[in-house]
Amino acid sequence: MEDVIIGLEIHVQLNRLRSKMFCGCSTDYHNSEPNSHTCPVCLGLPGSLPVLNKKAVEFGIKVGLALNCTIEEETLFYRKNYYYPDLPKGFQISQYDFPLATRGHIMILGDDGVERDIRINRAHMEEDPGRLVHAGTIDRAKYTMVDYNRCGMPLLEVVTEPDLRSPKEARAFLDKLKSILEYLEVFDGSLEGSMRVDANISLKGGDRTEIKNISGFKGVEKALSYEITRQKNMQRRNIKVVQETRHFDEIRNITVSIRSKVGAHDYRYFPECDLVGLRIASWVPAIKAALPELPDAKRKRFVEQYNLSDDHAKSLTSEIKVANFYEAVAARAPPKLAAVWIADVLKGELNYRGRTIDGFSQEHMAGIVNMLAEGKITEDGAVQVIRDLLDGRGSSPDEIVKSKGLGKAEDDAVQKAVREAVAESADAVADYKAGSERALNFIVGVVMKKTRGKASPGEVHRLVKAEVEKI
Amino acid sequence: MLMELREQLLSGSAEDYLSKLFLKIERSSLNGFTSLARESALQQAREFDKNPGKGRLAGVPIAIKECISTKGIETNCSSNILRGYIPPYDAHVIQQLKAEGAIIMGKTNMDEFAMGSSTETSCFGPTRNPWDLDCVPGGSSGGSAAVVAGGEAPCALGSDTGGSVRCPASFCGIVGLKPTYGLVSRYGLIAYANSLEQIGPLTRTVEDTALLMEVIAGHDERDTTSAEGKKSYLPIKEGVSGLKIGIPREYFGEGVNKEVERAVWDAINTLEGLGATWKEVSLPHTKHALAAYYVIAMSEASSNLARFDGLRYGLRLGEDKDWHTTFSDIRAKGFGPEAKRRILLGTYALSAGYYGRYYLKALKVRTLIKEDFLRAFKDVDLLAGPTMPIPAFRIGERINDPLSLYLADVFTVPINLAGVPAISVPCGFAGHLPVGLQLIGRHFDEATVLQAAHTFEKATFFHEKMPEVI
Repeated sequence: MEDVIIGLEIHVQLNRLRSKMFCGCSTDYHNSEPNSHTCPVCLGLPGSLPVLNKKAVEFGIKVGLALNCTIEEETLFYRKNYYYPDLPKGFQISQYDFPLATRGHIMILGDDGVERDIRINRAHMEEDPGRLVHAGTIDRAKYTMVDYNRCGMPLLEVVTEPDLRSPKEARAFLDKLKSILEYLEVFDGSLEGSMRVDANISLKGGDRTEIKNISGFKGVEKALSYEITRQKNMQRRNIKVVQETRHFDEIRNITVSIRSKVGAHDYRYFPECDLVGLRIASWVPAIKAALPELPDAKRKRFVEQYNLSDDHAKSLTSEIKVANFYEAVAARAPPKLAAVWIADVLKGELNYRGRTIDGFSQEHMAGIVNMLAEGKITEDGAVQVIRDLLDGRGSSPDEIVKSKGLGKAEDDAVQKAVREAVAESADAVADYKAGSERALNFIVGVVMKKTRGKASPGEVHRLVKAEVEKI
Repeated sequence: MLMELREQLLSGSAEDYLSKLFLKIERSSLNGFTSLARESALQQAREFDKNPGKGRLAGVPIAIKECISTKGIETNCSSNILRGYIPPYDAHVIQQLKAEGAIIMGKTNMDEFAMGSSTETSCFGPTRNPWDLDCVPGGSSGGSAAVVAGGEAPCALGSDTGGSVRCPASFCGIVGLKPTYGLVSRYGLIAYANSLEQIGPLTRTVEDTALLMEVIAGHDERDTTSAEGKKSYLPIKEGVSGLKIGIPREYFGEGVNKEVERAVWDAINTLEGLGATWKEVSLPHTKHALAAYYVIAMSEASSNLARFDGLRYGLRLGEDKDWHTTFSDIRAKGFGPEAKRRILLGTYALSAGYYGRYYLKALKVRTLIKEDFLRAFKDVDLLAGPTMPIPAFRIGERINDPLSLYLADVFTVPINLAGVPAISVPCGFAGHLPVGLQLIGRHFDEATVLQAAHTFEKATFFHEKMPEVI
């Protein structure tokens, strides 16, 4: 796939803001009646005027800095003129010259296993349009309804350079971007439509197509994969790929042409005189100083501070919630063991259930890790406890361990089983004495049988060895 | 005059006064009002009669231009495309007026979307000039000017994008002020060219204008371009001795009606007689002002008027087809020819490849014009000249020649480009038609403009002349 060239434009709703971009309407509209979160300003009623939400600009600068961008001295808003029913003013207030942030980069893990920087061309602010609800599918709807609740939501559009080489890399970029945005507390990715992607894709030597408005990272991967296949097949049959805009049909998993570039829009950008230019240079130092630790820095620190493997550190830092969870647990239980259990076990169990880490108690996790460290439960037992807690069977690790009898067998019972097993396994003892280290495993197996698996295999191995050595 | 009216209302009856006005309007041939808020206004008058309250405009009826949003009262910019649109909110200035007890009596006719200088492009037909019913009242706030001059309303609000308050004030023989850009909140003013326009009063006296300014001016956080602070304009300082007045060379000579020129020079001599000094100054970029103004205004208009698609409010044609056909049909039917002309020209000027050649160039000229004024104001306190180069012309005389109409704005548009304040006060007659003197001040120095205008008014009798129609 070395011939694939992908660039992304990502529309990020700064949905952790309380009010919209240019009016006082609440951003918390997801469970509301259509058109109930509106006012004369976001409805674009005649005579209404926009007032810039300064906090939105602050959020935008935060993101710009986190993406290693240059923040412009002064930023300016423009009108992007076009007609569409979801756009009540007939123009969108956006940025053009003097966007908020330019020329940045973030690091992703490439398909070749090497980490590299993906360049960011710019990040600019704009208002979200409303939402169209088609009665049926987009091409066959008898009528369409408009919901302006979303209208005026603060958006940040992040534009990459064409530095991505595969759908997988595009996905990795999006994951990283989302991770950074959540670290910055400007974005909640769990809300519907909070991140929408336009993807530009071409094969070497061919024209590019733009796939508009894909929601969901899986959708981006699928749409790009489909588009690569389509363009490759066209090249193979010597058909020219034309520059056009395509729509990703999530149900059929294909892209369809929606307009060719021939009738391209002239958006007639010009400055929005209802807003004044904003000198933001002086805002930057304070915002920079207050930036939180970002994923890459945290990952590095985890490796150093907790002596974790890079893989574990990466897994624990990809989501801020997980990182915070981990650090809370690591403060109360052995950090290295906690890392293994959170990264390898808990995350997997959560994923399997489609749950987030919010639903799991840090205290419970610390309890489980401590029990493991103290040899009070086996690994199988610990997995069982995590599953029971997630599935609502039991209220605490202690309670589950007791009620299910998951506690590791008492030492004297194990000791007894070891003595018996050694006594019963004369052949194996002889083999061991003759130099076969592996012969001990047979005796360990007998012990495990006798203790019905409650003993820890490692511990048993040690005890068996000690017992045999006595002979 | 408004001060006396308030005394009169307090001792008499606001309801009677208002009823008489409504009666007069009903019999009027001016076509100044487009709609009357009869019930709510009379109700408010009755309440005033019971309990006058303390508002500075308590009981005073006021006429409002069709482009200023009034909650519950249709606001349509005299355009078919906005017929039936009833705003759910009041413009900032309306809130201010109501807070001081003023009574919104109705809406006044205007050029469609304020695009014109004659009030002939209205979907309601032309308004007539009370001084000569065959003549235009000027525009675009022609309705507001005509009803004040014709005695159908004691005062009115208009809006001025390129002269739309001052031109009709001049043609109708009353006072009209275009405040400094940013002094009066535009919240609720339906935009024509948002970087140029301001709401301004149309009154019989300079003092009335000052009173209305005290009510409507001041910071409003809903308009980002609104300036901080609140100023007081009353009482107006009287006397002009020591004031230095600049007479822009470019505002006289070719294209200016001789009688207009004579009336304006008489006015300058009067001011000199009252103690002011004058000198000739130059605003060298005046000749480029009209071109720059029309490029900027039309560009902004093409975008400002894009929201009128009939989807959420305004004109509907019955049967809906697909989106593009439906909104295109509505816009084709809803806009008049002048609005269409300006939308088309503005769209063209902003198009890829032309933006730099037209819009950006116009912005550069705008900067030069502003610098002309700043330079002049280093030497003088005020500038004086004619508001309009001509007196009111006959209805229909120029409507098919848009260029000659645009040329009439030559002395008013530079003021909007520069953002400075300017007033038009009656200063004489050309034949039987009034002539306006334009006094232009420094940014936010309305006080000096009002002072000179007030002093001039006190020394003359032009504002006391009433058209025969009354």
